[in-house]
Amino acid sequence: MTFFEEFWQLLKKNIRDYGMYIALFVIMAFFTIATDGIFMSSRNISNLLNQMGYIAVLAIGMTLVLVIQHIDLSVGYLAGFLGAIAAITLTAWDLPVWLVIIMVLILGVIAGLATSLMVVKFGIPSFVATLAGWLIYRGALLQATLRTGTIIIPNDSFNAIGNGYIPDLPLPDFLPELHKLTLLLGVAAAVLIVFSEISSRKKKIAYDFDVPSNNIFIIKLIFTVALIGAITYILAGYNGLSWTAVIVLVVTLVYHFLTTRTFLGRHIYAVGGNSEAAELSGISVNKITYVVFGSMGMLAALSGILFASRLQSATTTAGQLFEMDAIAAAYVGGVSSAGGVGKVTGSLIGAIVMMSLSNGMNLMGIDISTQYIVRGVVLVLAVVFDVATRKQGK
Amino acid sequence: MSVPILVMKNITKEFPGVKALDNVSFQVEREKIHCLVGENGAGKSTLMKVLSGVHPYGSYEGEIYYEGELRNFKNTHDSEIAGIAVIYQELALVPEMTVYENVFLGHEIHNGISININETIKQTIQVLEKVGLDVNPTARVKDLGFGKQQLVEIAKSLSRNTKLLILDEPTSALSETDSENLLNLLRELRKEGVTSILISHKLKEVISIADKVTILRDGESVVTLDGHNGEVNEDILIKHMVGRSIENIYPSREHKISDEIIFEVRDWNAYDPNRGRVILKDMSLDLRKGEIVGITGLVGSGRTELALSMFGNPDGYRITGQMFLHGHPVEFNNPKKAIDAGVAYVAEDRKADGLILIQDVKENITLANLGRISKGGVIDENVEIKDAREYTKSLDIRTPSIEQKVVNLSGGNQQKVSLAKWLYVEPEIMIMDEPTRGIDVGAKYEIFLIMNRLVEEGMSIIMISSELPEILGMCDRVYVVSSGRITGELPIETANQEEIMRLATD
Repeated sequence: MTFFEEFWQLLKKNIRDYGMYIALFVIMAFFTIATDGIFMSSRNISNLLNQMGYIAVLAIGMTLVLVIQHIDLSVGYLAGFLGAIAAITLTAWDLPVWLVIIMVLILGVIAGLATSLMVVKFGIPSFVATLAGWLIYRGALLQATLRTGTIIIPNDSFNAIGNGYIPDLPLPDFLPELHKLTLLLGVAAAVLIVFSEISSRKKKIAYDFDVPSNNIFIIKLIFTVALIGAITYILAGYNGLSWTAVIVLVVTLVYHFLTTRTFLGRHIYAVGGNSEAAELSGISVNKITYVVFGSMGMLAALSGILFASRLQSATTTAGQLFEMDAIAAAYVGGVSSAGGVGKVTGSLIGAIVMMSLSNGMNLMGIDISTQYIVRGVVLVLAVVFDVATRKQGK
Repeated sequence: MSVPILVMKNITKEFPGVKALDNVSFQVEREKIHCLVGENGAGKSTLMKVLSGVHPYGSYEGEIYYEGELRNFKNTHDSEIAGIAVIYQELALVPEMTVYENVFLGHEIHNGISININETIKQTIQVLEKVGLDVNPTARVKDLGFGKQQLVEIAKSLSRNTKLLILDEPTSALSETDSENLLNLLRELRKEGVTSILISHKLKEVISIADKVTILRDGESVVTLDGHNGEVNEDILIKHMVGRSIENIYPSREHKISDEIIFEVRDWNAYDPNRGRVILKDMSLDLRKGEIVGITGLVGSGRTELALSMFGNPDGYRITGQMFLHGHPVEFNNPKKAIDAGVAYVAEDRKADGLILIQDVKENITLANLGRISKGGVIDENVEIKDAREYTKSLDIRTPSIEQKVVNLSGGNQQKVSLAKWLYVEPEIMIMDEPTRGIDVGAKYEIFLIMNRLVEEGMSIIMISSELPEILGMCDRVYVVSSGRITGELPIETANQEEIMRLATD
């Protein structure tokens, strides 16, 4: 098999996975040209990542909820409400930031467990249970902000979560235009990926499994390194890596690992693929439901923290329509509406795609009404592509 | 001689990577019962899908003449209008609707825009009489048993003036009596001018009913035999189906049964709160090391319920009674506990309860015992691939790769994946619920060989089956179940079909 044949076959086989990256690339290229490069500027990309943080973490949690054939409509206002709780405990109660964050995350988990209790114990469809949650948290948010209206958060370390950047190395003379720690982390990440890929390839060869040819492997590595290099360079050109980006990155990595490499992940996909068979294979469907909704609640809390911190305040409309953005991002990212299929990395890309569209169209000065229509069309196109390529896979 | 009702000429149908039908010709005479047999994957269902328009005109090569005319069905609606009806294994009824609503679904009797319910019910009663089904037309379909649902489905097709009725393995989920009734119905319909094409794996049934038999193998039509001049018998059919003769359908084994009772159930009662009635009454049974014990009975007699109640009770029955493993009392609150104790359950309906169809072979095999391939909850992919390949090889699962999605495999190979999954947990006791349902002769034989190997290695098997020859051919002992009670226990030496049927209808 020649190099190109192998390349072409790999591409065809994985078109579902690569399709979204290609779409993202096309969208980014289009906006870069249409805005004379402003879209790709360090400042704009950095901004874009910070804007999508609170949707991205929701989309990751929503991925698992959709995979096990449920839905959670309550997460938007839950995020808003928990953001308000954070604001109140920070300002009126004067609690330390770390304690507030831990407390709010735990409250999120409890809220998620309460939802799944309705689903598991009383057999209420998740759509209905979380629609009730949507109403309840919306009311709770309004009550929390009733007396004061918007609650301003005058706490710098809390606000840094949504607005701040990681500190730089104390070397003012070396590469003054760039953020050195960001570059260093990028290099470290690239080295780590290269080594882990090589070691995984060696293990596979030791087991006598088929692996892609050397050429393909090297190209893939070069491509990955170049991609990390480009992102790092762009971010280093502004203020470096933001705390939001760090959080999203960590959440993605943890969830990616959990879903692809562990017991728990396998069990979640098994329940989504066929819950009867999963139950009879010794997997507790109820337990998985609790875990998935619990994690969703926690990520809703995290989303609320990110959003409150970004606005430096809790508002009466915080969280409005977040759940819809998260669901859209997950579907754009390849989650199957029939359940059992969907990757957290896909949903992250989905969130970036949707945010790039808004951001790019904003830069072009396109009216918000048109923006909604374009995003709706993209959502439909993404799902059509997904369904079409799935059929081809058979 | 009149024009044949159906002539399919040189049909070729390709799917990506496979030629499902290769130049098949198939001819059906008017007012006959024509059986279509072949192993799974031989192309029977594909041929019928080409005929009925599921695979539309243009997606296949060849010509279809129906009632002497060249027809190009673009969808199932076209073929329905022409008078062709297909009844699949998975019934196309709406469970929440009534019998009469189902029978006239899609061609409702109406005055203007409102449905004429009285007329509908009247005509439903007529057509139900035709199929010999005595139920209230206003009953909900979900409250009927499977056999009756199937008759509703046939009634539905008759209400549309069907001339050619195609039944895809209609009896595979039916008890002996229900099957017999269904076959009699086909004979009745034949008198009234309805031609039937019957796809079946049950050769005895084919021999008893067929006017003609066509055998397909690997997408080609091998031969068409006449059912009336004595040239059709089981040996000949099997020989044509597999391309070789199988000396004995039930392979022999060395019996290594020890006296040690490994598993025992005593005074077992179960109440199902969902159905609001007692489903198992005072059942007691035991199982020895190295033994295959059969449990048989009619559909609905409580065989599967018994298995589930012993296997961690996932449906939440209220159970009284005792269960012993190696003489120690045990209690399984969920399937996981049963699995951990060394009990496996190969589900009756592998698609609904056994496999995750959208996942690949590898993930299905390791699902019930991920602990074997992981450390601290993290799965070692390489060990998983290695193990999955081993099991795929040792059970001879025919799949392009272990990354193939299970949904794309044939029934026999799916069943082997289901078996592999349970062998992967290395159980001591395996409960196999209808292990050969809907799979072909060749694959059955292989499953039996595997079962023999397992008991020779010291495993014990409880085999639930409604196929009496299979029970008699494979088991060392058999329990007969009727209406939730054990009505008899027979050593295999004295068991015969008549005695079992007598106990099963007790």
